[in-house]
Amino acid sequence: MDITSSTPLLATGVSLGAALLIVLFRRHPNIREGWTILAALTKFALVASMAPAILRGDAIVCHLVTIAPGLSLAFRVDALGEAFALTASFLWIVTSFYSIGYVRAEKEHAQTRYFACFAVALSATLGAAFSANMLTTFVFYEILTLCTFPLVGHKQTTEALQGARKYLAYLLGTSLTFLMAAVVLTYYATGTLDFSPSGVFGSDVSGTLVSVAFLLYVLGVTKTAMMPLHGWLPAAMVAPTPVSALLHAVAVVKTGVFVMVRVVVNLFGVDLLSRSGLGTALVWYASFTIILASIIALRQDNLKRRLAYSTVSQLSYIVLGAALLTPAGITGSVLHIAIHAFGKITLFFGAGAIYVATHKTRVSELDGIGRRMPFTMVAFSLAALSMIGVPPFAGLISKWYLVRGAVEAGALPVLLVLGTSTLLNAGYFLPIVYRAFFVAPSGEEAESWRIREAPVPMVAALCVTAIGVMALFFAPSIFLELARQVARTVTGGIG
Amino acid sequence: MNTPDITPLPLLMVVIPLVSALMTPILARIHRSLAFLTVQAATITSFVLACILLDRVTSGSGKVVYWLGNWEPPYGIEYSVDALNGLVLVLVAFVAAVVSVYAPKSVAAEIEASKHPFFYAIYLLLFTGLMGIVVTGDIFNLYVFVEISSLSGYSLIAMGRRREALTASYNYLILGTIGATFILLGIGHLYMMTGTLNMADLARLLPPLYHSRVILTAFALFTVGLSIKLALFPLHVWMPNAYTYAPSAVSPLLAATGTKVGAYVLIRVMFTVFHPNFDVQVIPATRILLVLAAVAILMGSLLAIAQSNIKRMLAYSSVGQIGYIVLGAALVNRTGMTGALLHIVNHALMKGALFLAAGAIVYKTGIETVEGLKGLGRKMPLTMAAFTVASLSMIGIPLTVGFVSKWYLALGALEAGMWYLVIVILVSSGLNAIYFWRVIDWIYFSPPNERLEALPAGDAPWSMMGPTLVMAALCVVLGVQAQWPVGIAEQAAALLVGGGR
Repeated sequence: MDITSSTPLLATGVSLGAALLIVLFRRHPNIREGWTILAALTKFALVASMAPAILRGDAIVCHLVTIAPGLSLAFRVDALGEAFALTASFLWIVTSFYSIGYVRAEKEHAQTRYFACFAVALSATLGAAFSANMLTTFVFYEILTLCTFPLVGHKQTTEALQGARKYLAYLLGTSLTFLMAAVVLTYYATGTLDFSPSGVFGSDVSGTLVSVAFLLYVLGVTKTAMMPLHGWLPAAMVAPTPVSALLHAVAVVKTGVFVMVRVVVNLFGVDLLSRSGLGTALVWYASFTIILASIIALRQDNLKRRLAYSTVSQLSYIVLGAALLTPAGITGSVLHIAIHAFGKITLFFGAGAIYVATHKTRVSELDGIGRRMPFTMVAFSLAALSMIGVPPFAGLISKWYLVRGAVEAGALPVLLVLGTSTLLNAGYFLPIVYRAFFVAPSGEEAESWRIREAPVPMVAALCVTAIGVMALFFAPSIFLELARQVARTVTGGIG
Repeated sequence: MNTPDITPLPLLMVVIPLVSALMTPILARIHRSLAFLTVQAATITSFVLACILLDRVTSGSGKVVYWLGNWEPPYGIEYSVDALNGLVLVLVAFVAAVVSVYAPKSVAAEIEASKHPFFYAIYLLLFTGLMGIVVTGDIFNLYVFVEISSLSGYSLIAMGRRREALTASYNYLILGTIGATFILLGIGHLYMMTGTLNMADLARLLPPLYHSRVILTAFALFTVGLSIKLALFPLHVWMPNAYTYAPSAVSPLLAATGTKVGAYVLIRVMFTVFHPNFDVQVIPATRILLVLAAVAILMGSLLAIAQSNIKRMLAYSSVGQIGYIVLGAALVNRTGMTGALLHIVNHALMKGALFLAAGAIVYKTGIETVEGLKGLGRKMPLTMAAFTVASLSMIGIPLTVGFVSKWYLALGALEAGMWYLVIVILVSSGLNAIYFWRVIDWIYFSPPNERLEALPAGDAPWSMMGPTLVMAALCVVLGVQAQWPVGIAEQAAALLVGGGR
């Protein structure tokens, strides 16, 4: 049943309003940051308030505006959107505290712009999560690219601006060409852009057209960072760490994979993709990225770049899960959106805390850092273990569902991919943990055994997300329930 | 045949600006400011009347006429307004009114005071010519108005503050005259064969003569002549210099209306005077135009990337955008035509806003180069915001007008089975993104140079900022609420290429 309500609009708009207040109160940093926190809490509360209805199997709809016949902006919150929105809005609260600690410790310039753009980015993320049709998704996808440009280039050094330009060139270039073409083609072939549980492409649409449209979507949604169009993500690591944490582990990249999942299940539909073999093609494409990105991650010495390549690899897990087109695969895919978000944000928080406390950015410099920053490094290690898929951490759950999905789909080589990737994950994460705790620090640092952590808000934030990683293992209930509901809805009958 | 809806409103579209133009130099002798006040009064009145006219056309009979001297067509001159030229009338009058509010400060800064009365008189003459071209249903009368608007255009460009304005104007004069001569020859050929100058009458008499060589020649002459007027690549060479060196208040008017009216005439001649079947089946006119349009789109965007002068960059961007309009029309289907007509309006809004902003920059800082914009975001926040919004619209970001017209054009290309044109349109989006984002990037993220640092912060006066912001705001408003222009454009497209009544 569809419930009409303006809650999705409010949940999306609250941070947009906050952005305005942030700019107005630019001379009073404390009040300004107050707006960020208040908006984050309100946003999460609004998103959470929709959960009961969604879990009952209802959808919450909200029509915004009709631009022209066939082109309308509308929200329709379903289980998939709710799962993503819950993740993003919860992690924004945590990141807000972390951000405040970070920018004040680093005495960053242009803090008002920073917080305002952050708030707008969250509006765009939720807008994409709640979209009822491909046009609305496209609109928010583009807004997200534009409003995160100032965040990526925040430092305004030549290097930062180059990174930001690369970021924009990839994301805007591909979406204006491939994604736009894909959307026009979809409308041309089907006469609608509205998402539907079984897909909108009917059996009368020619196979070539479907294949071309699908290829255009895969190339156009570059936020999924699938190789070879992943170059923007490592380039975006010039951003301040909280930006990398929320945007490039949660909001931006997850919007990418979220849109991809939407396209797979709600535009093309499970039936069509499995009949045409396009799903299998996407599975292989994702597998290729998973393995190659992990191998590249092994060779990165810069901590944030290593995390970025890990993200590239992990994002393709989500695409792979959806492309398996089986209930368990889709469940795993949706779960992994949330679970990878909690894990990766903890890792980025750790990298940022290390940077603020010691100004170290390289893995090779981290010898013995665990003794100096025990909280940070313990949380970092827990998240790393979750990434690898070690119990009792949440990463195991999504991986388990992905494995089951692969078995259901009869795609046994995928098991090999997942296994190899797990080994590679261990290969690039465990050395960091090992260095931090078991290698004695060198030079003058060897003398100091005192604990010198990053500012309290930062450490608190990363501890919260690390606890989240564990909590999601023992009680994944809401995300699991939402993920199952998505899988049920799209693989047959509205459950 | 039911009696036509006769009203003097179409005539007023021409008479009000014409009479005001004659009165301007006289009134300016009483008080200097009466010159621009007359222009503002005339253009704003015309805009209001044009809106009333368009409303009457779209909600009523679909067509409104006026017979000069009460001579019935085809004997007398007929002014006839349908959804197509009704929309263009509103657009031209709107832009002229907005620019007339903007002009006084800019003109005072760029043109010596003794020339002001003539500047405003010629401004109104240009406006008269453009309105006349659009409103008339008589093809010779159309030529007369083409000349009025062209001659006033040359003189306005020549008033630019640099010496180069004279050569730019002279080049335009030569090419414009060649174009006008082609048009006149075309009219002569048509008259020779049919004995009539009324467009509706021509449309009735021409079909049996479609295979006559004289008619084919006439069509060719029209197409070439109009291509010069609307600056279709490769006949665009007069335009970049003309737009670059024209006074700041003239460039927006010319860019937003001059070439658009040319596009209107091309569409009128190809689809009303001649039947769409003629363009497609008898001679491959639309195919040739599609190729030219595709080349225009790509070359215009590529050349724009290479420019260092702001106004010249915008002019080359116009070369590409005119390609979009021609492309949409030459698809000969309803969706493509809707896209073309929408883009006439939408491009006028975006390019108008950009040229107005460029004029405001010149007024405050004297900066003309793209490099010079570095760090200007802090100095002139409102101007730069308008520039940014219009630039995003040029790129085709959703929620702006640029997206809406691109949507219809791409969809029209698919419906025509020409998917490769979609590639052209979208590659050009990418190219637009390169040169417009480069500017946005510099405006906001580069440090200002020493000269700019020394200038006081602040936008241009409100009489300039108001029009600029209105145009930029419309880029978003009509991008989100596109129902109204889309409705009219669809109605006009149905008239032109059929396919649904």
